[in-house]
Amino acid sequence: MKVLRSGLLVLTIAFFAAGCAKTVQPVTAPPVTTAAPASTAPTTSTAAAPAQTQLSPLDDPNNILYKKVVYFDFDKSNIKPEFLDLLTAHAKYLIANPNQKIRIEGYTDERGTWEYNIALGDRRAQSVRRFLLFQGVNPDQISTVSYGEAHAVCSEHNEGCWSQNRRAVLVYLNQ
Amino acid sequence: MWRKVLLIACLILFPFAAAQAALEITITHGVNTAAPVAIVPFAWQVQGPVPNTDVAAVIGADLTRSGRFKAIPDKSMLEKPSEASAINFTNWRILAVNDLVIGRIKPAGNANYQVEFQLFNVYTGQQLLGLSVLTTPQGLRWTAHKISDLIYQKLTGQRGAFATRIAYVEVSGKAGKDSHYALVVADSDGFNPQIVFQSNEPIMSPDWSPDGRYLAYVSFENQRPAIYIQDIYTGRRQLVSERRGINSAPVFSPDGKSLAVVLSSSPDNPDIYILNLAGRVLQRVTHSDAIDTEPVWSPDGQSLYFTSDRGGSPQIYKVNLHGGHPQRITFDGSYNARARISPDGHTLGMVHREAGQLHIAVMNLSTGALLTLTNGDLDKSPSFAPNGSMIIYEATYHNQGVLEEVSVDGQVHERLSESQAGVSVHMPVWGPFLSQ
Repeated sequence: MKVLRSGLLVLTIAFFAAGCAKTVQPVTAPPVTTAAPASTAPTTSTAAAPAQTQLSPLDDPNNILYKKVVYFDFDKSNIKPEFLDLLTAHAKYLIANPNQKIRIEGYTDERGTWEYNIALGDRRAQSVRRFLLFQGVNPDQISTVSYGEAHAVCSEHNEGCWSQNRRAVLVYLNQ
Repeated sequence: MWRKVLLIACLILFPFAAAQAALEITITHGVNTAAPVAIVPFAWQVQGPVPNTDVAAVIGADLTRSGRFKAIPDKSMLEKPSEASAINFTNWRILAVNDLVIGRIKPAGNANYQVEFQLFNVYTGQQLLGLSVLTTPQGLRWTAHKISDLIYQKLTGQRGAFATRIAYVEVSGKAGKDSHYALVVADSDGFNPQIVFQSNEPIMSPDWSPDGRYLAYVSFENQRPAIYIQDIYTGRRQLVSERRGINSAPVFSPDGKSLAVVLSSSPDNPDIYILNLAGRVLQRVTHSDAIDTEPVWSPDGQSLYFTSDRGGSPQIYKVNLHGGHPQRITFDGSYNARARISPDGHTLGMVHREAGQLHIAVMNLSTGALLTLTNGDLDKSPSFAPNGSMIIYEATYHNQGVLEEVSVDGQVHERLSESQAGVSVHMPVWGPFLSQ
């Protein structure tokens, strides 16, 4: 599929996101046709963006898709309830944009061994991946990598920093 | 008088780049029982300027670093003999020195040196050791470490591990993705650091081949983890694993023919595999849905110790490579990880978490008794010296990653501080005994 732009892109998202919200998707998403409907489609709050701008919803600070990081508790890899809406929105966006690919990067804080933290960061990335797949995202759109405690965003040795480092980041590869 | 002549042809590391930063050793906690020794400055009998390397000072620092000896300062010496005939043992007995080393450096042709040294028992006046070592000017410091090894072995009965190398990962730059990573090889005292590989993406988990020629490590240079083996003398790198998912924690088998690695390619869960390096045959060792990682070989190569959270929290397990279920080894506390085994196979070193802090601990494998050796907040990545006397590990000091060493009885503690601000040092691994 050619890269969709501006209003057309928004409409496409809205169309598929709306469709997705009404039907239960199998784990493997059905192929989505490349033809974008030109007609108006119902919009949803998660995917709606001002149609008159060039801004991708991924880059729009007012859109939930602008947020691409979820945080985890110490030693845990379960997705906390406050991030379910965010991940659901990303799932809808990915289903609506089957040419979009993401890499989920898993990270930990420093309070573990380097290699165990690679495994823990991977488990966090896999949690996010599994959630997106369950929402119906095509597995081919998702890759994962764990950096463990490397690439920490905050380098002080306290909980304020650690909580920022225990994260999974959704990186859109053709944003 | 000279029982044998040693030839030390020091292998020169492939000259990638000299690391800007160097490590400096501070003994943070010693023992009162350290035996006083005197290493008299060696006489310089070669035409030309005195070299930068003070052989006697290097030997004295090595022996002191072991925690078992304490070299007395030059200024307390009442005499500085360089020939046996010039020694007045009374002058050393009154300083309560047990052992005395004298030596001289002579020309040996082709700009090489002959380093002669003798070790005496001060109380009997008996010569315990007398050797002549042929070396190049560049090899002088390494020769000093070799002499330290010989003296240490003569006095303790245990082989010295001073003429060995360490490898570690240096991280510099800001937090986040602006960091720079360098894999560094240095002498065991932190001297002569050489960068063998560097990247703007993480480098992790270096491990030495049993012959000390190769390093296996993980590099994220392609935005995903891959395992490489690099010849530190030629610089040649070989990609050995870049499978989907995790490629982590490579460790050489005792015969150097295989790597134990952690992969998650099938299914999406980390398990331990053995990769035969000659045929690239992959053998799966663990099959759990839990995290299985951080493998390490038993010295006989018949089993692997590894970390698993199959029981709910990370603990050390042991699996026989010829079959049978993994057996849990550690039971004290809720987090025991990244085991390393002493060269004699009797002691397991590990990272032990207590009240949210990571310490280095050792476990006696016969009795199961656990001894916590360190009390830092974030002590990790333990690695045994090849003679089993010390463990090197990474710690945090003044908000910076540093290397520290602790004797396996927990008595002697020292810090190898990075001389450059903003550079953190991680994942040290002590190399094997070297044949030369």
